[in-house]
Amino acid sequence: MPLIKNAAEIDDPYLRALDDAPVPEQGAVLLPAARFLADAQDLAGRSGQTGVIWRNDRDIGELAPWLDKLSLVALVFPTFRDGRAYTQARLLRERYRFRGELRATGDVLRDQFLFLHRSGFDAFEVKKPGDAQAFIDAIHRYSVFYQPAADGERGTLWRRIKPAPARHNAVNEFTS
Amino acid sequence: MYHYDDFDRTLVAERVAEFRDQVARRLSGQLTEEEFKPLRLMNGVYLQLHAYMLRIAVPYGTLSSPQLRTLAHIARRYDRGYGHFTTRQNIQFNWIKLEEMPETLAALAETGLHAMQTSGNCIRNITSDQWAGVARDEIEDPRIYAEILRQHSTMHPEFSFLPRKFKIAVTAADHDRAAIRVHDIGLRMHRNGAGETGFEVVVGGGLGRTPFVGKTIKPFLHKRDLLSYIEAVLRVYNQYGRRDNIYKARIKILVHELGAEKFAAEVEEEWRAIKDGALALDEAVVADIASRFTYPDYETLTDEPASLQTARASDRRFDTWFRNSVAPHKVPGYAIVTLSLKPEGAPPGDATADQMDRIADLAERYSFGEIRVGHEQNLVLPHVAQRDLPALWTVLDAIGVATPNVGLVSDIIACPGLDYCSLANTRSIPVAQELTRRFRSLESAHNIGRLHINISGCINACGHHHVGHIGILGVEKNGQEFYQITLGGRADEHAELGSLLGPAVPYEQVADVIEDVVAAYIELRVRPDELFIDTVKRVGIEPFKERVYATH
Ligand code: HEM
Ligand code: SF4
Repeated sequence: MPLIKNAAEIDDPYLRALDDAPVPEQGAVLLPAARFLADAQDLAGRSGQTGVIWRNDRDIGELAPWLDKLSLVALVFPTFRDGRAYTQARLLRERYRFRGELRATGDVLRDQFLFLHRSGFDAFEVKKPGDAQAFIDAIHRYSVFYQPAADGERGTLWRRIKPAPARHNAVNEFTS
Repeated sequence: MYHYDDFDRTLVAERVAEFRDQVARRLSGQLTEEEFKPLRLMNGVYLQLHAYMLRIAVPYGTLSSPQLRTLAHIARRYDRGYGHFTTRQNIQFNWIKLEEMPETLAALAETGLHAMQTSGNCIRNITSDQWAGVARDEIEDPRIYAEILRQHSTMHPEFSFLPRKFKIAVTAADHDRAAIRVHDIGLRMHRNGAGETGFEVVVGGGLGRTPFVGKTIKPFLHKRDLLSYIEAVLRVYNQYGRRDNIYKARIKILVHELGAEKFAAEVEEEWRAIKDGALALDEAVVADIASRFTYPDYETLTDEPASLQTARASDRRFDTWFRNSVAPHKVPGYAIVTLSLKPEGAPPGDATADQMDRIADLAERYSFGEIRVGHEQNLVLPHVAQRDLPALWTVLDAIGVATPNVGLVSDIIACPGLDYCSLANTRSIPVAQELTRRFRSLESAHNIGRLHINISGCINACGHHHVGHIGILGVEKNGQEFYQITLGGRADEHAELGSLLGPAVPYEQVADVIEDVVAAYIELRVRPDELFIDTVKRVGIEPFKERVYATH
């Protein structure tokens, strides 16, 4: 599945450890939540990068103690109609100040890019190959945002009374 | 009137461009119908029985004359010459072609109208009192907050894929004309002990399959906290609302399952974390939005000018209309005029393109260019000088919108039912039409007094049957149309759900049964001015039941 990051299609550097085989010490791995939590202390101390796939019906607060050890959180859209992960994403960015990669997985379509991006996602596993090309267009389609969100926009209600400097390039905002 | 600025205009234009692209991708097959569906729904495009339907928002029910003319143009150019005003301050067009939707939306955008979020599992058009800004019993103009909520909820990145649709209504008057207690969130502006205005927050109201009257979870919310609190409610709902069963996905079910107290506690916890953040509404923000509303430059006039008195004394038809359709205005010498879209024998809420054009002209001439859409599916001219009433009435009468039945038995609220709706079990418009014929005598209608009949063609309750003084719900039994009748519902500040009268009756008997119910009321009431709803409250359902099921 194509992965979009920093507005470009890239090869996913993470190895998905979906079975019970031992997790290698080196290299980037992506683990299901249950697997990670079962052995969080050790896994968080790996020298390679560690990412976690978090279900959309599990309290994202449970992950809070480990966030500074994680390089990636992958949130899940079982169908594009199920919007729970938007809330999880905003909480991760705005409440728990997670600065690593926040990846949208599952049923991710280009018509959701803008909302995903505004909610704090910066990586997208898309279903349709053409969607990767559409990314830049999709997130630049709008220049007005009524409400503040996780992308650093202040929202028009506030911008009207205090005009702000031009919009920063939010694509790279969370990638350090 | 709220006036769009460049931000608003740009956003709407960008939205039209986006939808144009989505329609093109659908037409070329790049998008499946399944993928296209939520996109079109969020632009107000439904697939109905015969064609696509477009639902256009009239935020908090306020329209300008140019906007109403645009609607007339759309009716004429893209539809079959009429539009249908709904119970949520929207207007629907039933026959627009998908290919022409982008053009239609572009035409709307030119006068500051849109169809965003009139459908889909998002925050819907924010509704309010159709008398906002002119009602005597109001403490502040609720539309300023409705507009703030409109902006905040438009393309909200977190809340565009909620478990289910989400409806918010705001009122600032003693008398609730916005039915806030049957909304997902109802906001009632009032004053606290310290004399400050703020909001009572009611959640979890709604009709449909499982009707509930909403529960108060915050008796007084400061204005500054409006957006953060609403955000907290939605955030709790987005995370915990059920998604396994669409019939259990509304917030009312979550509130019911958790209990209002537990729900309130969850909201409170979330709210504490965000209340002092980016959403705090400082006074400057509110003042800025308020400054974009313009108000009429009223003349200094006095109430009941001589010319009005003469006209009332000399023309009985005018006087009847005056007593029925004209309400007091907060400014002396002015009046609020309701235009009935419920003439005898016609579908409730329909207006032709010609009527819309004429009403737009009349509004310019007599109402500072402003029109309101009410949830009872009627229109309102909110600022008419009383001395102009006779002249205005002559034209309203000529174009068929002066039936003096506002609030009376023939002012029926009905959903489209089987005539247009793919979900319908039964017809509802023909039931309404038959009832308006039965109760065509205005004299007897005035004798009956205030009585709301609401009709829905299926359990989804678009016609709000649960909160009709008389509610009529179409159900299917062995392929035949039957109707359940409820009595005693109301949607105002004493909101209550109606009680079932008895077994459902077949289509042919509905009008007879309703006539019997009304006749029973006339016998049962203790005084001519005891309203139907009060008689039902006093005597209960039994006396009605006996009467109806003894005869049928
Ligand atoms: C003809 C196409 C229509 C369709 C397919 C349709 C469909 C639905 C459905 C499925 C619901 C229930 C959703 C839920 O509560 O979870 C609903 C509710 C509702 N509809 Fe419609 N509707 C249509 C037209 C209308 C019209 C014309 C009006 C206004 C007259 C209207 C007003 C409402 C209202 C106010 C509710 C909310 C009832 C509540 O409080 O839960 N609808 N509609
Ligand atoms: S109540 Fe049922 S029949 Fe009537 S419009 Fe709604 S969905 Fe259709």
